[in-house]
Amino acid sequence: MSPEITTPLLVVLVVAACTFMTRFLPFALFGGGKEVPALVKTLGDLLPPAVIAILVVYCLKGVSLMVPPHGFPEYLAVGIVALLHVWKRNNLLSIGGGTLVYMVLIQMVFI
Amino acid sequence: MTKKKEAFRETLKYAFIQTLPVLFGYLFMGMAFGILLEKAGYNFIWAFFISLIIYAGSMQFVLIGLLSGGMGLLSLIVLTLSVQSRHIFYGLSFIEKFKAMGRYGWYMIFSLTDETYSLLCGMNIPKELNQKQVFFTVAALDQSYWIVGCTLGAIIGSFIGFDTTGIDFAMTALFVVIFIEQWYSYQSHLPALVGMFCGIVSLFVFGANAFILPALIAAVCLLLVFRNSIKQGENKEVVQ
Repeated sequence: MSPEITTPLLVVLVVAACTFMTRFLPFALFGGGKEVPALVKTLGDLLPPAVIAILVVYCLKGVSLMVPPHGFPEYLAVGIVALLHVWKRNNLLSIGGGTLVYMVLIQMVFI
Repeated sequence: MTKKKEAFRETLKYAFIQTLPVLFGYLFMGMAFGILLEKAGYNFIWAFFISLIIYAGSMQFVLIGLLSGGMGLLSLIVLTLSVQSRHIFYGLSFIEKFKAMGRYGWYMIFSLTDETYSLLCGMNIPKELNQKQVFFTVAALDQSYWIVGCTLGAIIGSFIGFDTTGIDFAMTALFVVIFIEQWYSYQSHLPALVGMFCGIVSLFVFGANAFILPALIAAVCLLLVFRNSIKQGENKEVVQ
């Protein structure tokens, strides 16, 4: 095989292996035959809401408040998702409605 | 046999509805990746292969620039580990669940992306369904959307007729919805508030490109410090 194929192939394999390693690490540390330590169990229980909150921040990290439109479409759409969800508790309605509003806002209103 | 089939159909139906937001997010994010990859000179076979064995959003975008080589092996490893380091924390909530899934557990570990993690945390699976089956079906559906998106993007990406700008907001909306669902289902709001606090402070201190790992580490530390006061008001099983 030529290096035009082997080089990218090697890169892909290395990245795949490293990605799997990060996902596998907690199982390698605590997943064996032995009981999971109580502290890790507690942490595993408490972590999801914190991680989800951080992922929300992660999604909005690129939004600049300094540059127009000052994050207005993003925060308005997030607000609409939240309102729809508190009101109806219907995942598809909240996500679909908010996304539609966001698309209209950035394609037609804040160009 | 028909009963088994029936049960599988119910599971598939439930999992499909749960994964719909990810379907939109992954299809369009995947297509964006496929288009870029194709422009860099790698066809749909590469797109298929990469989304099959790497299966990671942000890292695949970074990868496009690295395929031609030039970066040393060690730098490549360090770069990948640091981009993906947040995944280290996701498994902590599923150690026993995935362990109980036998060989399917290996696939669950491999496929634990941000979005699959969020879905698994957020679902209230109906009692009549088999939890392990639902977990596996959700994970497999998510990856199939991603593979289809990436491959399709590399094939037809540049011919899409309507303006899809902004459709990836579905992913942000998904996280917001799961955040609210967890707000209702947890008796203590402290974990959610700790996460929000750590995320925002870390974003201001470390900037957009480096904030997530410090935020996760800070959240872990704070949760461990406050664990007793949180647990006192907490009777609910968390990941159901």
